[in-house]
Amino acid sequence: MSVTTATGAKVYQAPGQAGSPVEVKARYGNFIGGHWVAPVRGEYMKDLSPANARQFTTVPRSTKEDIELALDAADAAKEAWGETSLTERARILNRIADVIEEHTEMLAVAETWDNGKPVRETLAADIPLAADHFRYFAGETRALTGTSTEIDKDTVVYHFHEPLGVVGQIIPFNFPLLMAAWKLAPALAGGNCTVIKPASSTPWSILKLAELIGDVVPPGVLNIVTGPGGEIGKALATSRRIAKVAFTGETVTGRLIMQYAAENLIPSTTELGGKSPNIFFADVMDRNDAFLDKAVEGLVLYAFNKGEVCTCPSRALIQESIYDRFMERCLERIGRIRQGNPLDLSTQMGPQNSKQQLDKIMSYVDIGLQEGAELLIGGKQPKLDGELADGYFFEPTVLRGHNKMRVFQEEIFGPVLAVTTFRDEAEALEIANDTLYGLGAGVWTRNGNLAYRMGRAIKAGRVWTNCYHQYPAGAAFGGYKMSGVGRELYRETLTEHYSQTKSLLVSYSDQALGLF
Amino acid sequence: MADTDGRAPVGRVTATPAALAALARLREQRGEVILYQSGGCCDGSLPVCLERRDLRLGDGDVLLGSVDGCPVYIDDRQYAVWKHTQLIIDVGEGEPEGFSLPAGDDRQFVTRSRVFSPQELAALRGSAEGEPS
Repeated sequence: MSVTTATGAKVYQAPGQAGSPVEVKARYGNFIGGHWVAPVRGEYMKDLSPANARQFTTVPRSTKEDIELALDAADAAKEAWGETSLTERARILNRIADVIEEHTEMLAVAETWDNGKPVRETLAADIPLAADHFRYFAGETRALTGTSTEIDKDTVVYHFHEPLGVVGQIIPFNFPLLMAAWKLAPALAGGNCTVIKPASSTPWSILKLAELIGDVVPPGVLNIVTGPGGEIGKALATSRRIAKVAFTGETVTGRLIMQYAAENLIPSTTELGGKSPNIFFADVMDRNDAFLDKAVEGLVLYAFNKGEVCTCPSRALIQESIYDRFMERCLERIGRIRQGNPLDLSTQMGPQNSKQQLDKIMSYVDIGLQEGAELLIGGKQPKLDGELADGYFFEPTVLRGHNKMRVFQEEIFGPVLAVTTFRDEAEALEIANDTLYGLGAGVWTRNGNLAYRMGRAIKAGRVWTNCYHQYPAGAAFGGYKMSGVGRELYRETLTEHYSQTKSLLVSYSDQALGLF
Repeated sequence: MADTDGRAPVGRVTATPAALAALARLREQRGEVILYQSGGCCDGSLPVCLERRDLRLGDGDVLLGSVDGCPVYIDDRQYAVWKHTQLIIDVGEGEPEGFSLPAGDDRQFVTRSRVFSPQELAALRGSAEGEPS
């Protein structure tokens, strides 16, 4: 299954290589109606690993005809799935979780190879969190209750959660399996059938998941179609046959999603990113203890998943009285981040997801320097050996500047931290909220009252207090301002975003109203 | 760099020959197209290329200029924090992730940027056409 390097760390063999835990076919089909279906027009697109920029498989370059086939399958399945008992739906969701867990290593290596994220993250976070997400919604489904209210002595209203029907879900490239789980689990829990479009650069790991759960989920309940967003994403989002659309990605496509939903008069959920502030008050340095160490790591978490996280804490706001001492510790920690083969368990940061992401990051560092930012560390591609030399690696980077710079205002989606200072609580809050977005934020202080005030005053959907980058099921996730509309990850995602509310109003009286 | 259709001497947006060629090809295939500068997650910071009728435009959409007749828009909130930079529409590797039309096989439109000099900013402010509509 693996080899061990001189450093003692285990290294997985790449998918397709002898000894790899993952088998790769040269070509995949779409997963429609429980079957592997070749694209109607017979066209395929390549899938590269960002670790070495080499193609390792091909997936359908689907067209709207393929979306129609998937919608046919979903339509055919929706009645039976919608009437499936809560017990059975919960059992199937739990079974999906079990299968994911039983194949953690295989899925982790597949995810790492397709996306570039280090395997220690996929093993410890992406795959276990995906499994847990299915379990969470299995529990919510099994425990789902409606309400009944006695309007008067002989009149009762019953509130039922009913399925929406068929939903369309568009998944981003940064957490291909976990983001799919975030969308898929509540959709299935609600009794809906889904047509999923994975990201163009990471279409493969969800197909590997479909190989595992193909006979766990009834045919047509889960359908996966790969291909370009402008073609099949649009065909799915504009279809009159879907009852809801969910999307994670950039703002203009998010706006199109909402526009198309408006044209069809259906609901949508959008998660469109952020520019999350991570705020460090002076008292974090009051003692040299475990909490200070945690706060330092909290700043360095901007490099988690190579910065390709919607909630990347990419703006560090540090109280000026501790700036020099605190940043010295942080830069020392950043300088020790190990980059390399993402299949090596000792690797802490892998390559960016694609050439275009790498180019964008380099372009932003260039803009930051033009704007007068000071480069504190990184700012270039690392020199790696062998085939990794062709990978899309970029060094963890820190730019010091001010909040009006574009590197402080726009999501770079890479390991680039923009750092600035503040004088007091009021200025910290002003800078934190001086952004178009409002998805995440972090507050670090030993003062509980201060943490609470900041947490309530920051205009963001999630404020981590003395922690960051935790995504447990059960904690609502979603944006304020331009970061999107809707909430994922908690019970109401099932009851509000993936269910209709039926109110059945019943009279148990024989008496006429007496009006006519 | 391309002309900016007779706007201010220094345009707020311009395009490389590769981008102009890709836009010309798209126009032949699909009719009129627009570019809209995106923001946010994943593919954010890229210009999304759409058939002209695809996106419903509103009062908050700022027309930055046009490149060879193709209008380039940005959200007014984003414009407020980007306006000290010139946007240069170019073509890069890869498939677009969002709903953008590709700029050719395995190619997409990308935005490169340049910070305006103080003189250029003054000239833009002084020009009747310096402030976008």
